[in-house]
Amino acid sequence: MARLSLDNVTKSFADFDAVKDVSIDVGDGEFLAVLGPSGCGKTTLLRLVAGFEKVTSGEIRIGSDVVSNSGGSVAPEKRRVGIVFQNYALWPHMTVAENIGYSLKVAKLDKAVARQKVEDALALVNLQGLGERKPANLSGGQRQRVALARCLVAAPSLVLFDEPLANLDVHLRASMEDEFAAFHKRTGTTIVYITHDQAEAMALADRIAVMDHGRLAQLATPRELYHEPANEMVASFISQGILLPADVLTAEEAGHCKVKVLGTELVVRCHPGERPRAGAKICCRSADLDVSPDGPGFDGLVKRVIYHGGAARIEFTPAAGPDLTLHFEQPDPVVLESGARARLRIRSGWLIPAAGSAS
Amino acid sequence: MATRIKESRGQEMALTAVVAVVIVLLSLLPMLRLVKEIVAPGGTLSTVAIAAGLRSPATWIATWHTLVVGIGGTLLAVLSGTVVAVLVSLTDIRGRSALVLCYVMPLMIAPQVTALAWLQLFGPASPFLKLFGAAPPLGTENPLYSTSGIILLLGVQYGPLVFLLVRAGLRKLPRELVEAARAGGAGWFTVLVTIVLPLMTPSIMAAAALAFVSCVGNFGIPAFLGIPANYLVLPTLIYQRLAGGGPAVLGEAAFLSALIGVIAMAGILAQELMSRRRDYRISSTSLPAEPYELGRWRVAVQAGMWLLIVLVLFLPLFGLVLTSLVPGYGIALTAKTATLDNYRFVLFEHDAAKRAFFNSFWLSIAAAFFAVIVAVPVGYLIAWGKQRWVRLLNLSVELPYALPGVVLAIASLLLFLRPIPLTGIQLYNTVWIIFYAYLARFLVLALRPTISGYHQIDRALEEAAQVAGAGLFTRMRTIIFPLVAPAAMAGGLLIFMTALSELTVSALLWSSGSETIGVVMFSFEQGGDSNYATAMSVITVAVTFVLMLVTNLLAPYLPSGVLPWRD
Repeated sequence: MARLSLDNVTKSFADFDAVKDVSIDVGDGEFLAVLGPSGCGKTTLLRLVAGFEKVTSGEIRIGSDVVSNSGGSVAPEKRRVGIVFQNYALWPHMTVAENIGYSLKVAKLDKAVARQKVEDALALVNLQGLGERKPANLSGGQRQRVALARCLVAAPSLVLFDEPLANLDVHLRASMEDEFAAFHKRTGTTIVYITHDQAEAMALADRIAVMDHGRLAQLATPRELYHEPANEMVASFISQGILLPADVLTAEEAGHCKVKVLGTELVVRCHPGERPRAGAKICCRSADLDVSPDGPGFDGLVKRVIYHGGAARIEFTPAAGPDLTLHFEQPDPVVLESGARARLRIRSGWLIPAAGSAS
Repeated sequence: MATRIKESRGQEMALTAVVAVVIVLLSLLPMLRLVKEIVAPGGTLSTVAIAAGLRSPATWIATWHTLVVGIGGTLLAVLSGTVVAVLVSLTDIRGRSALVLCYVMPLMIAPQVTALAWLQLFGPASPFLKLFGAAPPLGTENPLYSTSGIILLLGVQYGPLVFLLVRAGLRKLPRELVEAARAGGAGWFTVLVTIVLPLMTPSIMAAAALAFVSCVGNFGIPAFLGIPANYLVLPTLIYQRLAGGGPAVLGEAAFLSALIGVIAMAGILAQELMSRRRDYRISSTSLPAEPYELGRWRVAVQAGMWLLIVLVLFLPLFGLVLTSLVPGYGIALTAKTATLDNYRFVLFEHDAAKRAFFNSFWLSIAAAFFAVIVAVPVGYLIAWGKQRWVRLLNLSVELPYALPGVVLAIASLLLFLRPIPLTGIQLYNTVWIIFYAYLARFLVLALRPTISGYHQIDRALEEAAQVAGAGLFTRMRTIIFPLVAPAAMAGGLLIFMTALSELTVSALLWSSGSETIGVVMFSFEQGGDSNYATAMSVITVAVTFVLMLVTNLLAPYLPSGVLPWRD
């Protein structure tokens, strides 16, 4: 019932498309993360779903109701969505209990019932007994929990999270992440979670929508995103993937094909139906690279060595491709030095499908 | 193809409509009426009114006088305000907040009270000079009844205005710019002249324009100082014409008030042109520069500053209090002669004075209250609205305040001289016409702090209420109003203080029964009863001062810059 569907949604400001032709179907009870660098349109997407912005074209449906299209837009107060704002947006002039009970008061719920619901919500986020405090007297993590409880209490069919952890320090993030996961499990609510943090998205989401310049770059499970990026943007964005030019030598067989990269031949994973072609790209990650002084591989120059405790990040320029930079980790003892010659081997990789081919 | 979705925008539409009606009534209508009177008196296009005004030599003399005191007062205000702002902002002078409070205080005192206070200091009847036996013999002309007297007092009155704007500019000066110049080998004075002051040009220019508009439109000071010397400026010329000729000379008065408007606008345009000649934009924001250490000069500079404060604030107020205690004109003040009779007289005996206190108090309270109520929704549309026409809205609210008060007073007269069409309600010759003019003129005083209040509130607070299901009116009541209330209320208090002893507007609009404090004060002084006038002034100054202290209690909840006297 709480399915969220976006059909070819576009939002233009003056001459600039903040969101362009995005189609996403979020299943009932699904946890979807929207991930992308800043300025990719993910916040606009959230504001479109919430109803704070109107679509230029396309259609948004919540459940079976059309809430936005070019013909108009249902006001945010009528959409029954919950939002957890980046800076919590707790009303400073109300107590914690008043903050949480606000939507019940607006809906003119019976006072005793409302009070009970507020108590339950407080208990759910482990804030029993703090109902009479003012938000200013709470810690960052507690405020986040109040924001969560406030959005919970109205039992919305859809909850939107707008970078909820961006303002918390590192150790709090981890515990709030656990809390969000538990919240999702317990309530079974459909969640759309906006973030620029890959680790967060990977840890929490059933599926991730990667946005790039207002377009949907890929919509897939975290695993698929990492192992089978659909295009160069996703490949390089996720876990700092390394893109290398390649020629496909053989057709796909059992999910693999043979390619030629930097003068050496290797076998990489690929989509079914790949055929030999030139000018392709493969994606590999630092974990796929080995130093192989004597074995097969390609030669090059160590450009930089950045030691960061226990290991070093090595930046390497292959002789066959002076414009390229590969990076990988070398654990202690770090023997490579900047300016040294070295020989690398690529163990594995993923052939990025040709642009325009259906994935 | 796309099905029409039922939107619920009824409350937004209602709010916008109400705001639009208020703005049209309070801002656009009076201005349009004034323009119509000049361009098309009696309904047909003609240049008769303009030609008549241009022929009169009195027009030209008053215009010349207006320009002389306007420019003179502006120069003095800019000079003193800038020097004080630089010393207070950039050096390690001590007691800064007390200095700022005292220096800005004259701005909160009505101009005619300033004039009255200074007159008490130097006249032949001056109780202050008599304390030392230094008073000139009776019959000697008060030296302030002159061009230079008017210029001096305008400079004193509006120096703080310049100070506030320049100080705001200096606060935004990034310290890197100063430090880079010092690292480049420039001494403090060189930095001041080559870096700081040039970068402050826009602030100083804006301050000068504002001071000019205020000087040109000022009524209280030239009324108290100029009329006795028969030195008329445009606002006092209008006053005399209307006092002598009544509604019959409204056409001429309208032309004269438009002339003031044109002069004021010319000042603002000149500022625009000057500021555009070079690029003064400051790109980065950072901490303010380290204060310059005055070292052994510090004591001298501090003494100089306090001497200035004593001269422009304490001495005149002292003179005011002394005169209010004297039983009659020219009598020396001693422990024996001192009396509170003047206070008793204005508070309990004199009918017009009693009425004036009553009228002014309820007018200022009502105007402040109404302005706060209106400022919240208007500010909402201006600060957070998406429509483009709201910028015009903002401009049209600023207009009645940016233009001299005389202009608005004449416009109100024209608007309500005849009964309001359809209803037959007569505002002319009642206190309501003053109320209308106060609303139109002072609304912006509540609106500005409210808008800066809105800019400091995270919009997400409203959006959170929206997703919780609250409609616009519910959000206004439960979320928005509580959050902007401190700023709007501070604006309301500013209105109350300004309106309480206001003279410019009510001098032209009052009638018997609807006197204000300013009007009665003025007529006491014109009739030679300075003792009563000073007693009334002391009461209003005391009320203002107490209110300033009370408002300070709101300060922690206010955006910075809302209370002018807070450092």
